[in-house]
Amino acid sequence: MSAAALRHARHVVSENPVTGFALGLFVLFVLAALLGPSLAPHDPLASNTMLALQPPSAQHWFGTDQIGRDIFSRVLVATRLDLGIAAASVALVFAAGGFAGLAAGFFGGWVDQIVGRTADTIMAFPLFVLAMAIVAALGNTVPNIVLATAIINFPLYVRVARAETTQRREAGFVDAARIAGHRDMGVLLLQVAPNILPIMVVQMSLTMGYAILNAAGLSFIGLGVRAPTPEWGIMVAEGASFIVSGEWWVALFPGATLMVAVFCFNLLGDGVRDIVDPRRRT
Amino acid sequence: MSGMIGNDPTPREAEGRYLLDVAELSKRFPLGRRRLFGKAAPAMVHAVDDVSFTLARGETLGLVGESGCGKSTLVRLIARLTDPTTGSIRFGNRELSALPAKAFARDPDRARIQIVFQDAGESINPRFTAADAIADPLRQLRGLGGDALREKVEEAATLCGLPLALLDRFPHQLSGGQRARVGIARAIGPRPDLLVLDEPTAALDVSVQVTILQLLVRLRETLGISYVFVSHDLNVVRLLCDRVVVMYLGRIVETGPARAVFDAPLHPYTRGLVAAVPRLDGLRADALRLAGDPRSPIDPDPDACRFHGRCPIGTGRCGAEMPKLRRFDGGREAACHYVEAA
Repeated sequence: MSAAALRHARHVVSENPVTGFALGLFVLFVLAALLGPSLAPHDPLASNTMLALQPPSAQHWFGTDQIGRDIFSRVLVATRLDLGIAAASVALVFAAGGFAGLAAGFFGGWVDQIVGRTADTIMAFPLFVLAMAIVAALGNTVPNIVLATAIINFPLYVRVARAETTQRREAGFVDAARIAGHRDMGVLLLQVAPNILPIMVVQMSLTMGYAILNAAGLSFIGLGVRAPTPEWGIMVAEGASFIVSGEWWVALFPGATLMVAVFCFNLLGDGVRDIVDPRRRT
Repeated sequence: MSGMIGNDPTPREAEGRYLLDVAELSKRFPLGRRRLFGKAAPAMVHAVDDVSFTLARGETLGLVGESGCGKSTLVRLIARLTDPTTGSIRFGNRELSALPAKAFARDPDRARIQIVFQDAGESINPRFTAADAIADPLRQLRGLGGDALREKVEEAATLCGLPLALLDRFPHQLSGGQRARVGIARAIGPRPDLLVLDEPTAALDVSVQVTILQLLVRLRETLGISYVFVSHDLNVVRLLCDRVVVMYLGRIVETGPARAVFDAPLHPYTRGLVAAVPRLDGLRADALRLAGDPRSPIDPDPDACRFHGRCPIGTGRCGAEMPKLRRFDGGREAACHYVEAA
């Protein structure tokens, strides 16, 4: 099974170079997140005002910021925090939104009403403003950023899971599962859930990009991670004021890294679907 | 070998002659949504209406009728996937109709009633391999696991002529005939006493149909399972079934030994049905042609024969008095005012 899956994954990657490229980027980001602090050439927090606002050089690849910190090291070290927040929020909303959508689509009736109205209520707010409000109300901590990011993605997951489930609620294999002795929860979790998994995984990959943007966005406006912690959003915010005076590298490198990360996850979405969907397996 | 295949969990003599005794079974579906404070009762679709029949042990009962006659609903009722509106379903010594379908999923008798679904491709979870699909009921209903489970899965596959090499495949990687075999292997895995076959060959090529029917006959002999066989292929029903039940718009219009019913049908609907079977020697001289469409199953007139209006021999009496099933020679029954003993 795992050997066959691996072979299939290799086939998909070789057939679709864009997926291979995205996968390569993804591996780089994961490595940076895991090993970032030990790979960083400089201490991301050490300031040296003698070296403030130096352009990119062999010594400082991405240049230095206004108090002389090495931007490359800061970008590298920030990867763990940014990806961690995004991954945690996506995992949370995948579990909560996925299950709520499954139950809504499968049981219908009042379960559907409650889940549907909750999702509608969240959708009624401008999502980024809602995330700001949640973080502002609950406090400026990493768990609250994770929670806020998960909440604004909740309706998306509910809708996808619900739509996919209603399509399958009347499927023959659901009857077959009942004949085989499964109760509602068994049918839901063991029979229907694996069938909507591919589309949910694609959803995860896509929202992962938005989750990174959202976390960085909150930090950018000062409602997220606080300085001096290295984080892409804060770094862009700090660097923004120097663009006018010509020190473009302070904002550009963290901003570009952020963009590449979002881009990578969006590209990966389609590739992941091909890998996890057994109907594409030949 | 015979000990392995035998149907050990159920004592045969302990439960009397009939495996299944269905009496006055009805299923009505409300049409549209019921309003919270609505006064008027909603219109009801009478899918199955006052159906009674028995199935003896080891017998094969054919269930025929055109699309929309309530065959599928009856199948779901017998297999306890839906709850009847009224009536009784006696299985062995137990009355099952009072047991909600949800509760029946974990009932010890769940394993004794299994279904082979019409479209094997659609009834196998696309995320399951053939082995997973066959193992699922064995794990749930018989509590098997590990080596014992694999052994039983392979035994069921072998019984159904499914090569063990195919067990790792997903349904979309199997041919129609192989999928049908997986569907049958899954159903016989827990060794049911009653197997409901819902048009098991309808989705198959003619050449494959024959091998699947032969498989079903062989399994019946080896395992001693009783069949309820739903089909609209009358030739198949005639070959495979001991007795036959003919349904029209939710009601039984005729029952009897399959051979007798098809050779000399009593009810005008059965006569039309038999005459509609394609034959090489042209239409029979006394052929009855069915024309028009069935009446609506929504709140039908309780005092009119369901076939009235489409029946070539119907009279005013048929629109005013519902014909009851009457007994005829040779264990036959028909619901028509104008049938004389054959």
